[in-house]
Order: sequence, then structure tokens, then C-alpha cells
Amino acid sequence: MQTVFSIAVDALAYGMVLFVISIGLSVTMGLMRVVNLAHGGFAMIGGYIASYVARDLGLGYALAVVAAVVFTILIAIPIERLLYRRIYGQPELTQVLMTIGITFCIIGITNFIMGPTLKTIPLAPALQGSADIGFRTIPIHRLFAILCGLAVALGLWYAIEKTNFGIRLRASVDNAAMAAALGVRTEIVYAVSFAVAVGLAAFGGVVGSEFLPVEPYYALRYMVTFLVVVSVGGAGSIPGALAACLLLGAVDTTGRYLMPEFGEFFFYLAVIAIICIFPRGLAGRAK
Amino acid sequence: MKKAAIAAFAVMAMCGTASADVIKVGVVGPFSGPFALQGKNFKAGIDAYMALHGNTVGDDTIEIVYRDIPAADPAQSKALGQELIVKEKVQYLAGFYFTPDAMAVTPVLKQGNVPMVIMNAATSAIMKTSPLVVRTSFTTWQTSTPIAKVASDAGVKKIISVVSDYGPGVDAENAFKKAFEETGGEIVEAIRMPLSTNDFSPIMQRIKDSGAEGVFAFLPSGPTTLGFVKAFNDNGLKAAGTKFYAPGDLTQESDLPALGDAALGIQTTFHYAVSHDSPENKAFVEAATKAIGKAEELSFPSVGAYDGMHVIYKMIEATGGEQDAQKAVEAVKGLTWTSPRGPVSIDPESRHITQNIYLREVTKTADGKYINKEVQTFEKQGDPGLAVAK
Repeated sequence: MQTVFSIAVDALAYGMVLFVISIGLSVTMGLMRVVNLAHGGFAMIGGYIASYVARDLGLGYALAVVAAVVFTILIAIPIERLLYRRIYGQPELTQVLMTIGITFCIIGITNFIMGPTLKTIPLAPALQGSADIGFRTIPIHRLFAILCGLAVALGLWYAIEKTNFGIRLRASVDNAAMAAALGVRTEIVYAVSFAVAVGLAAFGGVVGSEFLPVEPYYALRYMVTFLVVVSVGGAGSIPGALAACLLLGAVDTTGRYLMPEFGEFFFYLAVIAIICIFPRGLAGRAK
Repeated sequence: MKKAAIAAFAVMAMCGTASADVIKVGVVGPFSGPFALQGKNFKAGIDAYMALHGNTVGDDTIEIVYRDIPAADPAQSKALGQELIVKEKVQYLAGFYFTPDAMAVTPVLKQGNVPMVIMNAATSAIMKTSPLVVRTSFTTWQTSTPIAKVASDAGVKKIISVVSDYGPGVDAENAFKKAFEETGGEIVEAIRMPLSTNDFSPIMQRIKDSGAEGVFAFLPSGPTTLGFVKAFNDNGLKAAGTKFYAPGDLTQESDLPALGDAALGIQTTFHYAVSHDSPENKAFVEAATKAIGKAEELSFPSVGAYDGMHVIYKMIEATGGEQDAQKAVEAVKGLTWTSPRGPVSIDPESRHITQNIYLREVTKTADGKYINKEVQTFEKQGDPGLAVAK
């Protein structure tokens, strides 16, 4: 029984980290209809900035998280204006080619500037060590990751469903020409959404760095995982992504405990099963 | 005019190597991509050797021709090997980070009359594929066997083995199992994890539930070791007193700054620590650091490359610069010298390097650097894996 609880806690933590890292991609793919393969690249840039601020400058974890989000967005703004703007509404193949190219550029540049070694982000003292939750000990950092996941999920849901901006965003996505005719400045709406998605990527890269360490090939290594989460959850749906992450986290963690030799067999089996039953993802909307 | 030039070139090409010539050495390794750091270490070791010993042997000048193979890719490796032999006319092939890459090239050695000096690839079986292969690195069997004795000396009787599910991981599991069971210990469980594993909590739970007193682990150097060691600490296994044993791939020097305090006290066995205390190593580290640029990027492949160059220089000396692969290999059988890692020799039977394996403990020096501190020496270790290699 204790083991079952243990696995459940691990699964929850893993699912939440997946969620924090992938949700930005869900926003770009679902709401902006851009297949952004460079998503992991932005998460990685965030990780590197946080590592530089916290480890090399010694300015602390909280500041590192803020700096990572802000500077990654600053880096992404010119990229959005010069490159992404051209591929909104283009066929998927064009988007994939463009964004995979951006990914390779990001990998090459970070490798050149930061070197090929692993980078860590020193945690704040309050997040280090383990907490005793009755039946087992759990790293405090994991609890933090779970809370971050919940906060991001709630915040995004509120922003998209309940605010004025959310209404404009959904209008722009559903019919850009009509929204523009009604006075919605779609360019700004897109730019802001892109910035939010990139910021979330950076945030996820930092929070998840204890699971997925920051190194130059981060962007490619975890790309498939991010895409799987988005396609299982249904692009653009926050509850869908959350459900997908928790489900896949549970399947993966349990499989790894019971039969580690099978590798990611159960993970992909679950993916195939879900996609067969829900071709547009758990919460996907018909086009 | 053009015809004359081609004819002249053809004559030059046919002459082959005469005395006072340029002798080319082809080096195949990962110089870009995810393993670029290891390729960089190859180059640093080679540069260090040539900086300390000059770029000439007798009258001949040595020229290194590098070829990049970013990830394990046997087909590409074979193509590169053939290109080096046929087009570049190299007299020696060297490098090879991954076993499949080395295995792909060994069949063409005899026809090309070219010996191969392996600077890393660590599977025992490679040596059986051609009599023209010499290795100056290590095998996973060689580095994983002594740690079993360390565990049993510490009074540990029950161990769980956790390895990455690929060739060297399986080698490590078998080597440790064999050596540990010979000391009377018991492997309570053997887990093979997929290479892509990034959340190790469930594995830690398995270790906890298995009731083992210690864990033997093997993961390839790089990002995943960080997650594994952290998970080991964070899930309370370290605090619970579970012992941690591994070969030195897990604590390679370039990963140590990232592992930091989490790695303190981990005991590993390996053939080389950058901190090895000897005048030879001091000279080597100085030259290699200069070549690689950053001190913290230097790790074990550099010493394999450095000693590989030593073997190649001896081969060139013995053959007087003539291309004779068989003679070159014969000349270095039984060759003994003092490497930066300690006293070593080439075993005449297996053509693999016989060397000391050191037990090291990750410690923090006074100036805040993390090093693998050598605490015990297992002298003159051969490769126990060759006997069982298929």
C-alpha cells in the first residue's frame, strides 16, 4: 500500500513537471496554430539564463526564475517579428522546417557560447532537501514543481476563459479577419500570446531542470515528449493538457517501477490507445 | 598541361611512402553533436602528446587527419574509414568513441594494411574482430570488476544492480555480478533502465523495496548521471545508508561541477582520474588543458588518446615509416611505459592495455573544486571480459 502511494506521488510530480514544460507548446499549437518545434529550445535558453544568474552570478533562485522568463521573452521578440510572423497560417510543413531550423541554430549557438557541459541551477535553500509526508520522504523541489503546475494551470485557464484578452485571443484564432474587422489588433494579440508561450517554456525549463538537466541537446532530446503531451491532451486545451500529463505521468512512472526493462513501451502504448479513441486528443476541438 | 599535372600526381601517389615523408594518422571521433566534448578530449590528448614529444618520428612528419562522426553510426564510420585509407592514404587509424563504429571498420584493416588504435570504445569483443587492433582505453569489464571487491571488503552482502539498457550497461552488470558472486555476495535484483530514462524516482523506490544494502549503477557519462545521483540523494537512500558503487563513467570530471555536493563520497573504480598524482600526469594535464582551453572539460578520453599516440609513435619507430600493419602491431605487443594514469603495458595476447584500476572517492578540494580522489589501487588489471566475449 505504501508503495502505491509512493508511486502516486512520484507520478503526480512527474506529470506536473511535464505539464509546466509542455503547456507553452500547447498554447502555440492550439491557439496560434503554429507547430513550434523550437519550444524546447526556448525552455533550454531559460535554463541557461537561470543557471548563469543563480550559479555564476550567485543572485539566488527566485531572481534566476524571473530573469530566465524575462530574458527569454526578450530574445524571442525579435525572432517572432522576423521569423514566426511569416509562418502564421502557413502549411504545417513550412512551419516544421522553419522551427526545426531555429532549433538547430539555438543548439549551435548555446553550445558555442555556454560550452557542451551540463549546467545546474542551484535551488533556493528552502527548496533543497526532502520533506517527510508521513509514509515517505519526497524532495521539497517536487512539491514546489507540483504547486507551480497547479498555479500555471489555474492562471492560464483564468486568462483564456475569463479575461478580456482571452476573448480577443480566441476571436483572433477562430477568425482573424473578422476579429480584425471588429477592432481587435490581432498582431498584438499574437505577439503577446507568443511571448506568454515562450515565457512558460522558459519557466518550465527552469522548474523542470531537476528532471531534465540543461545541456545543449535539451531542445532535441525532449522534443518528442512535449509533442506527445500536446497531441494527447488536445492542442490548446489547458484541462486537456493537464489530464494528459497526469495520465501519462502515472502510466510512465508505474511502468518504470514494475517493469523498467520495457522502457517507454507503456508510455507509447497509452499514447496509441488514447489517440485511437480520441483522435484530436482528450479535449481536442473539432476543426 | 592538365594531363601532365594528373600524371605527375599519379606518379607521386604511386610512390607511396619513402623516407622523410609525411605519415598520416586518421582519427575518427565525435567532434560535433551531443558527444562533442568527448571528441574534444580526443583532440586535446593528441595535441598534448604532439606538443610534448614533437610532431616528427625519425625523419618522418606526423600529420593528423580528423573525421567527424557525431553519434554511433556504423555505416558512416565504415565510409569514413575507407575514405581515410583510400583517399587520404593514412597509415594508421585511431580514435573511435563508440563500439559499433570501431567494429564497422575492423574488417577493412587487413586489406588496407592499416593498424587501428582504439582510444575509447570499451567493449571487449572488438579485439576479436581483427588482429590489427590495439586498444589504449579500458573496457567496462575492466573497470567494473574491482568495485565488487570494494563492496565485499566493506561487508556488503546484498546488492541491487541498476544499469542503462545498452551494450556497456549489460557488460557492467555481468562483470559486477560475476566478480561479486565470486566473493560470496548476492545480487538481489538486476534492473535495466532504458537509456532515455529521465525520472529515476520509481527506480529508487525499487531499490528501497529490494532490501539491498547497496546499489551498483552504470549509466553513460552525461546528463542522465546527474538525475540519477540527485534522485538517489533526494529519495532518502543516501540518508538511509545505502551504499553506492559504480565504475567511473558516472563521475567523469566534466560532469562533477554539475553534480557538486550531491556526488560527495561516491566511490567509483576507473583507470584514470585527472587528479592522479604523478609527474607524468602533471605534464599531461598542463599540456592537455592548454589544448582543450578549459580545465573543467578535461576527462578520461584524453588520456586514451594520449597513450594511443604513444603507441602509434612506437609503431612508426619500429617500421621506420614504412607501411606494414602486421609489423607495427607486433612491435607494440608487450610494450611497457609510464602513462599519465600510471604504469601500463599492451597485453601481447589481447592487444588490450593492462593497467592499474583505482578506487576513487569524490571529494571537495580546499579551493572548492570537486575531484575523484584515488584512495586504493588495483594493480595490473587485464580485461576479464575477453574470455566471455562472443
